[in-house]
Amino acid sequence: MIDLTINGRAVQFDGDPEMPLLWFLRDEAGMTGTKFGCGIAMCGACTVQVDGEPVRSCQTPVGSVTGQDITTIEAAEQDRIGAALQAAWVENQVPQCGYCQSGQIMQAMALLAETIEPTDADIDAAMSGNICRCATYSRIRAAIHRAAETLRA
Amino acid sequence: MTRHHSSTSFALSRRQLLAGIGAGSFALAVGTGGRLALAQELADKAADAASLFEPNAFIRIDTDGQVTVVSSYLEMGQGTFTGLATLAADELDADPAQVRVEAAPADASRYTNPFLASIGFAVQGTGGSSAMAGAWNQMRQAAAGARAMLLSAAARDWDVDAAELSVEAGRIRHAASGREDGFGAFVATATTLTVPRQVTVKDPSEFRLIGGHFPRVDVPAKVNGSAIYTQDIKLDNMLVAVIAHPPRLWSTVRSVDAAAALEIPGVQYVVEVPAGAAYQGGVAVLARNTWVAAQGRDALDIDWDESLGLTTSTAQIFERYRALAEQPGNVSVEKGTILDKVPEGGHVIEATFEQPFLAHAAMEPMNCVVHIREDGVEVWNGEQWHTADQGAIAAAMGIEPGQVTINQLYAGGSFGRRANPFSDYVLEALAIARAAREQGHTGPVKMVWLREDDTQALQYRPATVHKVRLVLRSDGEIGSLQWRAVGQSFFPVPEGGTDALLVEGASDFAYRTGALLVDQHLANDQRLPVQWMRSVGHTHTNVVGETIIDEAARLVGRDAYEYRYDLLSDHPRQQATLKLAADKAGWGTPLAPGADGDRRARGIAVRESFGTVVAQVAELTLHADGSYTVDRVVCAVDCGYAINPDIVKAQMEGGIGFGLSFLRQEITLEDGQIQQSNFHDYPVLRMNAMPVTEVHIVPSGEAPTGVGEPGVPPIGPAVLNALAALIGSYARTLPLGDSVSLT
Ligand code: FES
Ligand code: FES
Repeated sequence: MIDLTINGRAVQFDGDPEMPLLWFLRDEAGMTGTKFGCGIAMCGACTVQVDGEPVRSCQTPVGSVTGQDITTIEAAEQDRIGAALQAAWVENQVPQCGYCQSGQIMQAMALLAETIEPTDADIDAAMSGNICRCATYSRIRAAIHRAAETLRA
Repeated sequence: MTRHHSSTSFALSRRQLLAGIGAGSFALAVGTGGRLALAQELADKAADAASLFEPNAFIRIDTDGQVTVVSSYLEMGQGTFTGLATLAADELDADPAQVRVEAAPADASRYTNPFLASIGFAVQGTGGSSAMAGAWNQMRQAAAGARAMLLSAAARDWDVDAAELSVEAGRIRHAASGREDGFGAFVATATTLTVPRQVTVKDPSEFRLIGGHFPRVDVPAKVNGSAIYTQDIKLDNMLVAVIAHPPRLWSTVRSVDAAAALEIPGVQYVVEVPAGAAYQGGVAVLARNTWVAAQGRDALDIDWDESLGLTTSTAQIFERYRALAEQPGNVSVEKGTILDKVPEGGHVIEATFEQPFLAHAAMEPMNCVVHIREDGVEVWNGEQWHTADQGAIAAAMGIEPGQVTINQLYAGGSFGRRANPFSDYVLEALAIARAAREQGHTGPVKMVWLREDDTQALQYRPATVHKVRLVLRSDGEIGSLQWRAVGQSFFPVPEGGTDALLVEGASDFAYRTGALLVDQHLANDQRLPVQWMRSVGHTHTNVVGETIIDEAARLVGRDAYEYRYDLLSDHPRQQATLKLAADKAGWGTPLAPGADGDRRARGIAVRESFGTVVAQVAELTLHADGSYTVDRVVCAVDCGYAINPDIVKAQMEGGIGFGLSFLRQEITLEDGQIQQSNFHDYPVLRMNAMPVTEVHIVPSGEAPTGVGEPGVPPIGPAVLNALAALIGSYARTLPLGDSVSLT
C-alpha cells in the first residue's frame, strides 16, 4: 500500500509503485487538472510540486513520493503564490486552449517561490521546459511579472 | 432610454430564430412557431426544420435570468465561445456575467457552418477561420429577437408602452414608473408571445461590449484545472485503450502474442484493429487506466506482415516532386502571356522551394471516447468536424446519424487536426470499441494516443515543391510569374483535377503582375493521408510568394516595403495593413546594434488569408556562429470589425509562435517509417525563442473576418527575408534549423 499526501489529503494506492504520479492523479485519484502532453519530461504539462519543487509527474513513480507533500493545480489557489499567479493569468487573459496552463502555473509557482523579482532571463530559464503550442508565452511572461509585483506589494 | 433604431434590419426566417437544446432543460429559448418553448419541444420541432445551409444562432434565457448562448463551434483556444457570448450579450444588453456558453450537439439540420458549406463542405464544423464571420449577423439577430420579445413581455406585464422601456446590464427599466426587473422575470410572459417578423440589430455606434474588453468565458476554468477535455473523461465501466500501430506504415498484423500483456494487472482486453482507409489500426490494449494500457501495449509481441507496408522515404518523395516540377501541370489560373525572354534591363528569378511534412502536434494528443450501445453510439470528444464525424460513425455502424450523439468538449489545441476529412482518429476509436464489444466489453472506451502515436499517425500538412519563374521588366514591374506547385491535395479531388487550397495565395497572387500562370501536380497516389493545418495552403505558398517578392525588390534596387506597397495598388487593405506594420516597426530606421559579432536586420511580409490581412515585421539577430534569434515581431491586422480586440491580439501572437516553429520542424520517412516521435525530435517553439510581439489592429467598420489562422502565414517569410538582408541569399528549403551556414 502506498501512502500519499496530495493537496494536504491522505490518499492510498495499492497498484504498481512504478506507475507515474501523473496517471495516478488523473486516472485513479480523479484529479484531471494535471495534464498529459508527452510522457517523457519534454513538455511540462504534467508539472506538480513535490515538497515545493516542480517535478514532471509523468516521470515520477508514484512509489517514489510517499510521505512527501504533493501539490497539484487543484490546490494552487490555496497557495499565496498560486493564487496570485491565477489572478494574473486571468488579468492577462493568458490561456487559449488552456491545456498546458496547469503545468505553466505550477512551474511558475516554483519560480516565484525562489525568486521574488524574476528577470526575463530568469523566466526563460524556469519556463522553457513548458511547451505551449498556442504560444501564449508573451502573456505567461507578463502574468509572471504581474504576479510577482502583486506579491511584493 | 429606448434603443435607437438603426437602418440595419433583417427579415428573419422561422429557422433563424429556432433555438434551444439540452435534454430536460427547464430553460426557455426563442423557439419555433413564434413562441418560447421548452427545449424538448424545440428539439422535436427542430427535427422538421430542414436546411443544411443556414445555421441557427441559439439563445436561451432561464427564469433566473441566465442567458445561454449555444455554440455550434469548437472552442480549441481560438476564443470563439467568447466571441459568440460578446455578440449575444451586446445585442441583448445583458451583463457579461449572466451569459454562459454551451456547446451544441452535432446536428446538421440546425448547425451546418455556412462558410464551410459555401466552399463545398456542408458540415457542422469549425474551420476556415469562419465562426465570427458567420455569427456576426446570425447571433446578433437571434439576440435582438430575444430582446424584443423580453421587452414586449415587460410592456405587457407592467401595462406600459414598450417604447418607454430601456435595458441595461440585463435589467429592464421603465423610467416613468420607476419599475425595474431582470430578464428572468419576463420569461413566462415571453413564452406566450409571437416572434417578431423583423428585428433590428444595433448600429456599431451603439455597441457597449463588442469592440471592448469582454473577459474570455473559458479562462477561469483554464487556470484552475477544472476545464474538461476529452483526455479527462472518465465514465462508469470505461476502459482506456492504447494501440500499437505498425512501425512500418500500413503493415498488418500477422499474429500477436498477448500473453505478457494480459498478465499485467488491470489489462482487460487485447483486440486486433483492422486498418481503415485513413487510420492504421493494429493491436489495442484495453485496461483500467492509461498507464496500464500503455504497459500492456508495450508488452505485446506482434509479428507484423510488412508485405503491404510502405517502403517510401521522404528523399524519394522530394526527388519525385522535383522531377514533376519540371513538367507542365494542370492549370489553376492563367492570365496574360508569360514572358519567355527576360526583357532588356530586366531580371529573372528562378527558384525551387521545398517544404516538409508537418505534424500538428496539438498539446492534447488525439483521443476520443466512444460508447457503443444497443440503440446507437455516444461520443465524447473535442469535435472540430462534428457532423462529418457523426456521419462517418453512422456509416461505419450502419445506423442513422441521429443515433450518434456527440458530447462536445474543449480541445487542447487542434490546429486543424481534429477536423480530419476522413474522421481518422474517431473511426479508429470506434473500431477499437467495436472489437472490445465483440469480446464482451459493454462500457465506453477511451482511446488515448500517446505523444509518439500522435506524431506518427499521419495526417500531416503535405510536403510540397514549388517552382517559380518571375520575370522583371527594366522598370521594376513584374512582367510575368509562373508558379508550379507539387504535392498532395488537402482534400481528395477527382483524377486530373486541381486543388484550390494547394495554390491559395499563388492563384490569387496579390502583387501587380503582367501575366500569371499557376499550375500543379497532385501526387495523391501515395499512401500517406494528409490534411489541413492552421492556415492551410498559405503555410507553404506564403514562404514562396513573400520571399520572391522580397528578392525582386532587391534585384530592382527598391525598398522591400515600398516595392510591396507599390505593387499592391489593387489591394488597398493590404497596403494599409502593410503600412501600419511598417510604421509601428520603425521600418527604414536603424536597428539598435546587437552584441559583439551579432548582425541585425528586419524582414517584412504580408498575406491576406480567410478574408483577413496580416502584415508582420520581424527583427532578427544573426549570431557569429550562424544561429539566429527572432527578437521582436510587429504585427498589423485588418480583420474587419474587431469583436474582441484582445482575442485578435492573442491569435496573432499565437499564430506568430506557431509559424516560427516551422523554421525547425519536419516529419520525415525512412523506408516507410516515420522518423520523429516526440518533442525531442519534433521541436516546437518554447518560451526562450518567443519574440516580443506587438499587435496593431487596423480600425475597420467592415463585417468581421476570422483571426485563428491568418497570423501564421507572414512570419516565416518575414524571418527569411530578414535573414536574406544579412546573408544576401534566400532560404528555399525548410526547415532552416537552428542555424545557417555563413561560409
Ligand atoms: S507529460 Fe510530463 S513533461 Fe510532458
Ligand atoms: S494554451 Fe494551448 S497549449 Fe498552452
